[in-house]
Amino acid sequence: MNKSIAIQFNRVSKSYPIYSHLGAGLKGFIFNLPKALKGLARERFTALENISFDINRGETVAFMGRNGAGKSTTLGLIAQVLKSTSGTVAVHGRVSPLLELGGGFHSDLTGRENILLNGVLLGLSRKTIKEKEDSIIGFSELGNFIDQPIRMYSSGMLSRLGFSVVAHLDPEILLVDEVLAVGDIAFQEKCKNKITEFKKSGVTIVLVSHSIDDVRKLCDRVIWIENHKIQMDGPTTEVLPVYEKYFV
Amino acid sequence: MNIERIKDLVIVLTQKELKARYKNMKLGYLWSLGNPLAYGLIYWLVFKYVMKVKIEGFPLFLVSALFPWQWFVNSISVSANTFVSNASLIKKVNFPRNILSLVSTGQDLIHFIAALPITFIFMLIYHKNFSPMLFIGVPLLAIIQLGYTYGLGLMISTINIFFRDAERLIGIFITFLFYLTPIVYSTDMIPENFRHLIPLNPVAPLILNWRSLFLEGTLNWNYVGITLGYAALFIITGHAIYRRLSWKFAEFL
Repeated sequence: MNKSIAIQFNRVSKSYPIYSHLGAGLKGFIFNLPKALKGLARERFTALENISFDINRGETVAFMGRNGAGKSTTLGLIAQVLKSTSGTVAVHGRVSPLLELGGGFHSDLTGRENILLNGVLLGLSRKTIKEKEDSIIGFSELGNFIDQPIRMYSSGMLSRLGFSVVAHLDPEILLVDEVLAVGDIAFQEKCKNKITEFKKSGVTIVLVSHSIDDVRKLCDRVIWIENHKIQMDGPTTEVLPVYEKYFV
Repeated sequence: MNIERIKDLVIVLTQKELKARYKNMKLGYLWSLGNPLAYGLIYWLVFKYVMKVKIEGFPLFLVSALFPWQWFVNSISVSANTFVSNASLIKKVNFPRNILSLVSTGQDLIHFIAALPITFIFMLIYHKNFSPMLFIGVPLLAIIQLGYTYGLGLMISTINIFFRDAERLIGIFITFLFYLTPIVYSTDMIPENFRHLIPLNPVAPLILNWRSLFLEGTLNWNYVGITLGYAALFIITGHAIYRRLSWKFAEFL
């Protein structure tokens, strides 16, 4: 095994059964048992088909493509919350996912309490979070709001809180799923700077984005997924022009 | 996944549950007592004065069984949503999901312990002895019930991901179970030829043991064994189902 490889997909396919028969619940399932069982076995939706790539340590890679192309499934496989249907996924290193807005937060708890909750969920120890608490709060610029329940926060404030926790993680592989485009411009800049900082310190970053500008600025490499397959995989400067042409 | 990490997860998730439950409620503790006490009051009125049930010290009789029952019911009825309500987390972060089930019933245990003084007050009112058996019986039954509700809760929360109407079934099931369990009535009021069926009700031996512990300071060791058997059954089946299906949670939620 090559030590410089962080993420390796080898002929990975992922398909989901279409659970339409379960939509009717237990009642529907039991009353239509033979049909339901057959349906479970047969109808499948393919999200990824025979995908292979290696991502090296320290690389910053963007996954691009239309909605439903399979980008988030890819991230789910890297985060190891999904299992591939065939092929192998190998991930070497601590993975930190950047959660969607408010994911892993509890709306009745204060910002400060949510920092602890979210930090532990994302892999930090309680001790580390207590040590870094001031720095996290400082980064978020939330001031006195930090001791208010977060249901009073605006969505921008929530994303500040969320990103501030992530900025203090110590990831080896960071997964970012389209969450950079939140918060005001000043904070967006701060996020991007932080990502650049992670990048400089050798963190492997995988991001899903639709923003061509962000990808151009942050990423070394683009993997473009179209119709559940890799359409193109190469340096940002090569893939982006083709990608832009294709969609404009 | 090391022990430290699991410990940290259990602590912060339990804190979350407790804080969320008591936020904005300065009298949170009293609120958590309100529900079982209200039931106790209404059962006392109805069964003592309308149905004329003749049981000595009826309020203590009710309270001694209602608090453990309340723990059981809370854990089981909340469990259906344990995983569903944490969907955004489960879809992104890889951690042992069964910790969520443990935390859910664990915080009900904390409430149960916090409510114990109420039972003790009733014991004082009815001049019951505080037998040394309480020191063995309370922790023993509490640990068994924790494992029991954890296993059952894990099973229900897993199934409810795939069949969202399982939740409804649980509600109906609990109504049956309440009246089939000797909570508002005593075992000697059950017709004699049905009494041997008591162990078939999975909660009856547990609830009856809590009651005899508080009322007489004794445990029925046969019932302890039966409850342990049920607990083992639930934990093993719960884990088997969970293990088989947990990797599908993220794609299903």
